[in-house]
Order: sequence, then structure tokens, then C-alpha cells
Amino acid sequence: MLAVAAIAVVLVAASAGCKKAKVDPFPASGAVSGWQKTSETRVFAANDLWQYVDGDAEQYISAGVVTTSTSDYKYQGALEAVVDVHTMKDAAGARKILETGLTKDAKTVQLGDECVQYAQSVIFRKGPYLVRIVAYESTPDAPQALLALAQAVGAKL
Amino acid sequence: MRIALNNRRDFLKTAATGAVLLGAQGKLGFAGMLDEQTAAAKSKVVVARDAQLHGTDGQLNEKRVLDLLDRAITSYTGHDHPVTAWKHIVPMGKVIGLKVNCAGGKGISTHLALTLAICERLQQAGVKPGNILVWDQANEALESGGYTIRTDPSRIRCYGSDVSGYEDQIETSGMVRVRLSKILTRECEMVMNLPILKDHGCAGLTFAMKNMYGVIKMEDVGPMHVGNCNPAIADLHCIPAIRDKVRFVLGDAISALYEGGPLFRPEHMWHPNALIVGQDRVAVDQTAWSILERKRAEVGLPTLEATGRKPHYLATAADAAHQLGVNDPQRISLMEI
Repeated sequence: MLAVAAIAVVLVAASAGCKKAKVDPFPASGAVSGWQKTSETRVFAANDLWQYVDGDAEQYISAGVVTTSTSDYKYQGALEAVVDVHTMKDAAGARKILETGLTKDAKTVQLGDECVQYAQSVIFRKGPYLVRIVAYESTPDAPQALLALAQAVGAKL
Repeated sequence: MRIALNNRRDFLKTAATGAVLLGAQGKLGFAGMLDEQTAAAKSKVVVARDAQLHGTDGQLNEKRVLDLLDRAITSYTGHDHPVTAWKHIVPMGKVIGLKVNCAGGKGISTHLALTLAICERLQQAGVKPGNILVWDQANEALESGGYTIRTDPSRIRCYGSDVSGYEDQIETSGMVRVRLSKILTRECEMVMNLPILKDHGCAGLTFAMKNMYGVIKMEDVGPMHVGNCNPAIADLHCIPAIRDKVRFVLGDAISALYEGGPLFRPEHMWHPNALIVGQDRVAVDQTAWSILERKRAEVGLPTLEATGRKPHYLATAADAAHQLGVNDPQRISLMEI
């Protein structure tokens, strides 16, 4: 009976859309100047990724995504942003995602193995990790603030 | 009653309690419009633009949205006055659903300013606040798009299908097996489709037709992405509740996403500053697709076809088996204003 219950628990856990993260790459509130972590971290397995990126999950799955973790942040109580950390099977998968959709106005930044920055976003890869940080507004201090947050995430990977 | 749009929450409160009811009743003018369109050789689509909709600071000038809406609707219907035009579009005394798209979350959801402008005009045309229902798949998505959840039946309502629930009965159409939102099946007499223009990683384009993925139970959505959503999107629209109730597209191309969709990717956003209006869902999407492709070409991106994401579902929707509209540009009467 206990064995059956244990199997059931395992199955339920395996089928759940949200799972606990094994690695926490998300800086705590105050760890980066001005940034507050404003949501719990959600973790999606590859099979459940459509629940988070419905319509775009296939791209990540074909590139070998294992899990995607996401959390919301706020800078100085105003600028909202989201941090997505995609754990891929290998670095090639992270590279594939990063290179998809790059545009001419992408600014190259020294972070991880490769990093690009736009006015409202920073995208970088480090080993099998692909990190995307997106701000919902364009403000003068957004690029610098986003980069500081990205560096903190990169340091935890 | 003219309501300033600079305070969104106050607007919802005011609109819910103080609408001018003009008393137009009975006649389903829209049905007449449909008949006219069926008889016409071409499907009419209006693209209304306002280059000043976004200021030089990139911020949306919400007060101009109502004016743009008025131009779009009067041009489409041929009526001089927007309130008169609305009276010919919507049935009176029935619940009108406004199906927005907030799946992309904050930053790339149907603009609240547009939805509020439509609510204002609907009320001025005689629709009671309680007969206006703004909805999407889930409360969480609506809130992330800037909408406030409201369920008071005497006021403009706004909530997700997770509140109303879904039918137990599985609807079948071609490859599609889905359970539909009770908001669509039970609450609304007519649904206005308010999508937002986006590139889509699977379907290529998400606009009027793809927006109906948001009326089906989340668990049923996954299989519908097979084959670049083709023929799933076309099959879905052949379900009577969708084909018959979702009868008008008021498409939001105020801001749009030309790459990286459907989630918010600010590096791939642009402001077409436009509304795309029509009854023929296929013709509207065909028009939207051409706008998307022009932008992609402008920034040096390959066509959707070259990326393996051509929206084949439009041709399927227009084929003899589906007959949902026309995708041949020669058969679309495009009015750009």
C-alpha cells in the first residue's frame, strides 16, 4: 500500500506543470541594487513548457530544453521585468536559441559565453543555460539595471 | 456620455453605472451586413491608421484611440456617425463578448485603451453595461494584460474562462477535439474578436483566427499546434459556436510583434498604429499577414515561409471544405485610411 502511494506521489509530481527548481539562479530581493524579486519561481519541464510559452515551446523543445524557470522582478519599485532561465541539454541548444531572431541592433556585451543587449532586454548563454531578461518598459536606466541583474544571474549559474 | 480614458479603472466604474442607453432595440443589423458581404464579390477589410497614436516618447496616446476606432468603424460600415454604425453591428438586449488576447502577457496584450473605447461606443449605442463581457482564457492573463477582473452582472464584466468553466461535451471538427468556454457557448450572443497582431513561433501569424485558441480548455490546446496549427485553426472555426457567434474582428495592430512571438519580445516590437477591421476572419488575417511580412522585410528578416512558418491555415480556411472566408488578395476589398 505504501509502495503504491509512493508511486502515486511520484507520478503526480512528474506530471505537474510546476516543479521545484534544483538550482536557484534567481537573485534574492536586494541582492542586486534596486531590484526586488516579486514572484515565486516557477519551473516548467519541457513537456509542460507550452503552459508558459504556448506557441513558442516547440522552438525550445527542438533545441533540447530540459526545464524553464521564471520569476518576476521590479526595479526601484517601478520597472517590471521577467527573468527566464532555460536549462538546455547542452551549450549548442542554448546557442541555437540565442542566435534565433538576432537583429542588427543587438549590442554585444561581455557576459557568459555570449550576450546581446537591447533597450529592454538582455539575452545571454552560459554553458547549457540560456537566460532572457525582459523589461516591460523602456526607461533611460533600464539597460544598465537589466545588465546588473543579468550579471547577478550569470554569477549564480 | 464621453468618458475620459486617462483613468482606466474609473472608466469601468463610470461606464458601468452611467451609460446613456439610446434604446435601439431588436434589429440585428449585423446579420444584414453579413448578408450584404456574402453577396458581394469581395470581402471588405479596413485598415485605419494614425501615425500620431504613439508619441515621440513611444507612449500610446490613449485619447486618440477612440478617434481611430471611430474612423475605422464609420469607414467600414459607411455610416457617418460611429454610434449609428455600432447600432448596425451589434444586437441589442444580448450579451456581447469582447474576446481579447492577453496570452502574451504584459506588453503584448490587446490594448486596454482600445477595449475601453469599444465599451464606450457600445454603451452609447444602447448596450447595457451588464451585457458587455470582456474575456479571455484566464483571469491571470487578463490581469497581466492590465485588465481588472469584474464579475458584477450589473456592470461591464471582465473575467476568464477559468471563472465560467468549460463545457463537458467535446466538440469535434476535422482534427479538432475541444471543450469550449461557457462564456462562448452560454453567455454571449455575439462575440467581437479583438486580437493583437503577433508573429507566432508555430503558426507564423497569430491574429483573428488564432485568437480562438483562447476559447478552448487549456488541456485541449497542446495537440492543436501540430503541423503549424494547420488544419487545426481552420477546423476550430468550423465549430458552429465559433463560426456563428464570432462575427466581427476589430484587430489591434496598435503595437505588434514581427518576430519572436507570441510572448513579449520588446526588441521585435513595432507600432503599426493601426486597427484592422472586418467580418471575414480569413481576409482580415491575410491582410495582417501582409503587414507583418512587410515589416519583416524592412528589418531584413526572411519571410515566414522561409522560416518554415508560413500560415498555411489561411489557405485551408478558405478552401472548399472550410469556406470561412477569402485569402486571395484579389478578392479582398482593402480600404486603407
